Amino acid sequence: MINSFLRTVSFTVIALVAVLGIAGHAPAADMELLGAGATFPQPLYSKMFDAYYQQYKVKINYQGIGSGGGINQLIKKTVDFGGTDAFMTEKELKSAGAPVLHVPTCLGAVVLAYNLPGNPKLNFTSDTIAEIFLGTITKWNDPKIAAANPKTALPNLAISPVHRADSSGTTFIFTEYLAKTNDAWKQKIGLGKSVNWPAGSIGQKGNPGVAGYVKQTPGAIGYVELLYAVQNKMPYGNVKNKAGKFIEPSLKSVTAAANIPLPDDTNKSLTNTDAAAGYPISSFTWLIFYKEQNYGVKTRERAEALAKLLMWMVGNGQRYVEPLQYAPLSKEAAEKSVKLIRSMTYNGAPLLK
Amino acid sequence: MTRSTPNIDRSERTFTVVLAISGGFIVLLLIGIMVTLFFNSLPAIREFGAGFFIGKTWNAAAETFGALPFLVGTLVTSFLALLISVPFSLAIALFLGEYYREGAVSGFLRSAVEVLAGIPSVIYGLWGLFLLMPAVRYIEMKLGVAPQGVGILTSSLILAIMIIPFAASIGREVITFVPGDLKEAAYSLGATRFEVVRNIVVPYARSGIIAGILLSLGRAIGETMAVTMLIGNSNFLPTSIFSPANTMASVIANEFAEATGVTSASLIYLALVLFFVTMLVNIAGTWVIQKLTVESSREVT
Repeated sequence: MINSFLRTVSFTVIALVAVLGIAGHAPAADMELLGAGATFPQPLYSKMFDAYYQQYKVKINYQGIGSGGGINQLIKKTVDFGGTDAFMTEKELKSAGAPVLHVPTCLGAVVLAYNLPGNPKLNFTSDTIAEIFLGTITKWNDPKIAAANPKTALPNLAISPVHRADSSGTTFIFTEYLAKTNDAWKQKIGLGKSVNWPAGSIGQKGNPGVAGYVKQTPGAIGYVELLYAVQNKMPYGNVKNKAGKFIEPSLKSVTAAANIPLPDDTNKSLTNTDAAAGYPISSFTWLIFYKEQNYGVKTRERAEALAKLLMWMVGNGQRYVEPLQYAPLSKEAAEKSVKLIRSMTYNGAPLLK
Repeated sequence: MTRSTPNIDRSERTFTVVLAISGGFIVLLLIGIMVTLFFNSLPAIREFGAGFFIGKTWNAAAETFGALPFLVGTLVTSFLALLISVPFSLAIALFLGEYYREGAVSGFLRSAVEVLAGIPSVIYGLWGLFLLMPAVRYIEMKLGVAPQGVGILTSSLILAIMIIPFAASIGREVITFVPGDLKEAAYSLGATRFEVVRNIVVPYARSGIIAGILLSLGRAIGETMAVTMLIGNSNFLPTSIFSPANTMASVIANEFAEATGVTSASLIYLALVLFFVTMLVNIAGTWVIQKLTVESSREVT
């Protein structure tokens, strides 16, 4: 009894400290820039921010609390910048009150990892993926899968599709791709960070949860981030892109997905990309911040530090991207980003010359 | 309290004040949690009202939310876990509290039970994933149901294992408090050991045993991590004990980080429901214990 009481109290205290810890860090005079948001690029950001601190002595504190949390914290103005895997929705942009800019920092991809005897390399089309996750293809030796894999002997094994149970950018990218390419998917499931999966589909928490279930279960198939599949040496499939080619997911084919004309705000979904060499389930991850930086108690100095950091991240900082298994920005994307950062203002005047 | 000599009692009074403040703080905290949950869930309460409790769809993409599948999932897994765990926890409590109170074996067993209670739930979850899940899948294959390995049964089993130590150690404690003369008297009348356990020990310790069971039920209802890993996280009403399902705690933990707007409010609404469910279980528990205490003391004495 006492034990559980103590536990409750200590949880409450920890929670209080955590809440105060985030809220109490209101932008102040000390030069520590604050960011929060997407967990997917967090390892990269940690490396980048550390390198930036070594060089320019500006501290950056980034909390991986999820894309939704990053957007919330930015709108509440408790952070200097947020991180998100999905472009902010119109509703979110409206609730921000003032224009928010998105700058892409790198690209990620979602791959299909599976567990089959002998772990053959498989080819998937968008329709087979959609039907597997809708539950209409139930066996691995289904003729529709076999048609794309004429040389592989497929077992007569039940397919157990696994999805992410936690709300995540990974799910958003995956469902956006399927909603774009498959009508049945669009009508029945739609797209989002968390969707209403068909009954009987298994959900697991996080990339490790999905990967763990796939490894444990013969016949299972799940979607995980490329980075995660590579690090854990999981077999994953090629996916047919818009140009009709089966593309193996790799840093190169993911970067190639962004080799297309981009709008000025970089609000371009890369799933089902037009790029002929691009892997079709790819996406940007963005940093978000207010265009007009004079709000709250923010000093000009602080706003400038943020602009310089962003400039470095899409420029020189890009050399840290590939060693950590993320896909670097394409030339087109980097150019647009520089333009966006140059449009930041303080009291209406441009921040950077 | 009623003492009025001014001198004795500056320290006495200070102490009383400190105690009152600490006690009041707990009440304040409880009310604070409730109020926070209520206000943050207002957008969802306005949108869904009481229909939230019977809604069967949880669809963040369409922003329609109903809690029934999770309410059912939470209650079914918790009570099933209780059902599985009670025979074991009662047996352990009797073994350690009545049959082998002292000695190395008993001491070792007792600390094993305590260690079991202290293991973080994520470890139970991992163990379940590596051992329990394949075992359940094997059974499912033999029975001819979809061999998914995760679902209501798997998570109830892991919950049962997790809550056994709670009920067992509280049960053991109250069983050791059963007065020796009562038992001696029964033996002297020719009762066998089993008869003593059945007619003296268990009735006398009943309220404590039930209290332990209820405490473990509370833990089962709120357990998050291990359940998330083993329940399959499906937002549908379960159709059998093998089907994947979801619980309130697990949904909140999974979706809250990325939730905005009405989705986030609905999750907090769900938290409010969970809060009241646990409160109801506690109130019911206290009532049962009081009733049983009165009865058992009447029976035994």
